Amino acid sequence: MTDVVQNLIDGLGAGSTYALLAVGVSMLFGVMHLVNFAHGELLTVGAYVIYGMRSNGISWLAVIPVAIASAVVLSMLIELVAFRRVRSASAFTLLLTSFAIEILSHAAWRIGVSSTPRRYEAPQIAFKVVEVGPFNIEVWDVISIAVAVACFAGTAIMLRTTMFGLAVRAASEDFDAARLMGVKANRVISGAFAFAGLLAGIAGALWLVRRGQADPRMGAEPLLKAVIAAIIGGLGSLPGAVVGGLSLGVAEVFFRSWLPSDLQGLTDSAVFVVIAVLFVVRPQGLFDVETAERV
Amino acid sequence: MMLEVDALTTRYGALTALHDASLRVDAGEVVALVGPNGAGKTTLLASVVGLLQPSSGTIRFAGTTITGNDPAANLAAGLALVPERRRIFKDLTVAENLRLAGNTVAKSLRKPRMEQMAELFPVLREKWDVSAGYLSGGQAQQLAVARALMSEPKLLLLDEPCLGLSPTMVDVIFELIDTLRAQGRTILVVEQQAQRVLTIADRGYVLRTGEIVAEGAGPDLAGRPDLFEAYVGGSS
Repeated sequence: MTDVVQNLIDGLGAGSTYALLAVGVSMLFGVMHLVNFAHGELLTVGAYVIYGMRSNGISWLAVIPVAIASAVVLSMLIELVAFRRVRSASAFTLLLTSFAIEILSHAAWRIGVSSTPRRYEAPQIAFKVVEVGPFNIEVWDVISIAVAVACFAGTAIMLRTTMFGLAVRAASEDFDAARLMGVKANRVISGAFAFAGLLAGIAGALWLVRRGQADPRMGAEPLLKAVIAAIIGGLGSLPGAVVGGLSLGVAEVFFRSWLPSDLQGLTDSAVFVVIAVLFVVRPQGLFDVETAERV
Repeated sequence: MMLEVDALTTRYGALTALHDASLRVDAGEVVALVGPNGAGKTTLLASVVGLLQPSSGTIRFAGTTITGNDPAANLAAGLALVPERRRIFKDLTVAENLRLAGNTVAKSLRKPRMEQMAELFPVLREKWDVSAGYLSGGQAQQLAVARALMSEPKLLLLDEPCLGLSPTMVDVIFELIDTLRAQGRTILVVEQQAQRVLTIADRGYVLRTGEIVAEGAGPDLAGRPDLFEAYVGGSS
C-alpha cells in the first residue's frame, strides 16, 4: 500500500509535465488540425536559456520567467514563420512541416551551440526529500503537481470566461463558423500557440530545474509522450489531455516498479502495449470530440 | 443599392460551382435565391461573405468593393451569414454562442443585445445555460439567426433556414422572416422551398448549375412553375 501511494505521487509528478504539454498539443490540434511535433522544441529553448543564464550566474528566480517567456515567443514565432503559410494545406502537410521544424531546431542547436550536452547545476530544492509518515516525498514533485493543477484550473477558467477562450472552443468545433462570427483566424491561432507555448514553458521549467542539462534532441521524447497522452485523451479534448498525461506518468512509474530490475528497459514498451490495447478498444481516445469538416 | 454581385465565378479546383452570377439586393428588401441542390446557392453566399475566394467578378456592399475580404471584415461592414446546417457551437451554451457572436460588438452593447435576442427568441432564454448541442433543430436555427443578429448586420444572409425542420418549425422560420422584414431588415434568403419563399420575397433569382437563369418579382416567379419546378423538383 505504501508503495502504491509512493508510486502515485511520483507518477503524478512526472505525468503533470506530460499533461501540460499534452493540453497544448491538443489545443493546437483543435484549432488547426495539426499534431505539432515541433512543440517539444519549446522545452529545448528553455533549457538553453537556463544554461546560458545560469552560466552567467543569474538567479533561478530570474531565469525561470525568462525560460518560460522564451517558449511563448518561440511558439508564436513558429506559427508566424512556418504554420501560417501552410494553414489551409492538408493535415499531412502540416505534420511534415512540424517534423521539419523539429529537425531544423535540432540542427540549429547542434551547429549554434554544440552536439554535446551543456550542463548546469540544479538548485537544491530540486532533489529535496521530506519524510511524511512512511512516504518519501520529493518537494519538487509536490510543487510540480501543484503548479500543474493551478495551470489546468487557469486553463479551464480561461476557456469558460474569456472571449479568447470562447473563440478557441468555437474554432475547435467549427473554424469557419467561428470566422463567420467575426473571430479573426490569425488572432485565435496565434493566441492558441502563445497559450500552448506558455504551458510548455511551465512544463519545461518544472522538468528542466531537475534535469541539469541542455542538449539538441532533448525535446523529442517528452513531446512523443505528450502526443501519446493527447491521443489517449482524444485529440482536441483538453480534459482528455490532462487525464491522458497523468495516466501515462502514473503507468510509467508503476511499470518501472513492477518490472524486475533486468527488464527495466521494457518500461516504455510495456506502457505502449497498454496504449495499443486501449486504441483497439477505443480508437477515438477516452473522450469524444465534436468537430466539423471545413468547407 | 446594398449588395451588388457582378459576374461572380467561384471554382472548387477544376469544378466551376458558380459561373458569371450577378444579383443585387436593395435596402429593406427580402430577396430569395432558389434552385436545385448543387446549383451553387451556398457557394454564392459563401463567396459573398468571404469564406470562399471567387476567381473572378466583383462584390460591392454599401458602396464599397469587398471582393476577397475575409469574413471578419465583412461582418464588421454589416454582412452576416446564417450558414447552411446552422453550424451552432454545440460545446458552447446558448449564452456562450451569443456572447461569442457579439465579440465584434462594443463590450457595453453585448449584454443588451443578448437580452434583445432572449426577447425575440423566448425559447433561447429557457435554454440559456444549456449546451447548444441539446437544442432541437428549430431551436438551433433560432440560435443561429440570433447569433447573426448579435452584430446588428445591415444585410442578413440566410442559407436554407428550413433545412431539416418539421412543418411547424418551418412556419416559425417564415414568421421570423416576416418579423425581421417588419423591423426593416434587409435579407437575402436561399431556400429549397422555392414557391413558398418566393411568395413572401420582394424579388427572386433562380440559380441552376451555377448560373442565374431567371429573375423577377418574387410572386411573379412563384407563379411560373414552368420556370423552376422541373429544376427545383417541386415546392414541398
